[in-house]
Amino acid sequence: MGRVSPPAVRRDPDRDPGLQPERTRLAWRRTTLSGTVVAVLAVKTTLHGGVSAAGIVACALCCVLWLGVLGLAHRRIRALAATPGPVAFAPRHAAAAVLCTVAMAVCGAALVL
Amino acid sequence: MIEFVRNVRLWFAPAEVRRDGETPDYRFSLANERTFLAWLRTALALIGGGFAVDQFLPDLRWGWRVGLALALLAAGVLCSLRAVNHWVRCERAMRRGEDLPVSRFPALLSLVVAVVAVAMVVVVLVGWEG
Repeated sequence: MGRVSPPAVRRDPDRDPGLQPERTRLAWRRTTLSGTVVAVLAVKTTLHGGVSAAGIVACALCCVLWLGVLGLAHRRIRALAATPGPVAFAPRHAAAAVLCTVAMAVCGAALVL
Repeated sequence: MIEFVRNVRLWFAPAEVRRDGETPDYRFSLANERTFLAWLRTALALIGGGFAVDQFLPDLRWGWRVGLALALLAAGVLCSLRAVNHWVRCERAMRRGEDLPVSRFPALLSLVVAVVAVAMVVVVLVGWEG
């Protein structure tokens, strides 16, 4: 996504701090949008062709995981906005986001099979 | 593989990452975070692709459809695990002032995506004939 800036132009260091957290915030937003697409597709898969109890459970789990991703993004966005020099991204936070994604894929496998 | 297991420990131990070296300029850390998020989106897209194969190619034989969907879902899982692993490695390299880690993964993933795409074209053509 066009983030390349011409190397010859030197940025004013005073302007950069406002920009980087903003871009990171938008990156989190895009990630939640991708998660939303996956959750919607999961609901569609569940409703398509015969609703079963196991399907409903997997779908509900997917929706909970989607909420988890939303919550993580929300927390991170709040942390980015809170201070001018943003707090470092914690490995635990990254691991939580990845675990949500992996669990969504596992639910997907359960739904597809 | 052993390196990977050692890194898994780091995912849950923020203090241990922070003990290494010096804190880099926060802009580098944020750039690393955005790269991580981009890989996570790639993983989510692969997972979404798995659902899409299952949903939007209903004329395929069960085996092919489920096989392709599971392959895409598995690729999504691998991609997301690799995302966090690469993020930790980059973070550590930046703190220690080392070169950023190189990786075979992007080449591998593009090959897998290309193979899946070709397989889908073949399977859709053959599947609709039979």
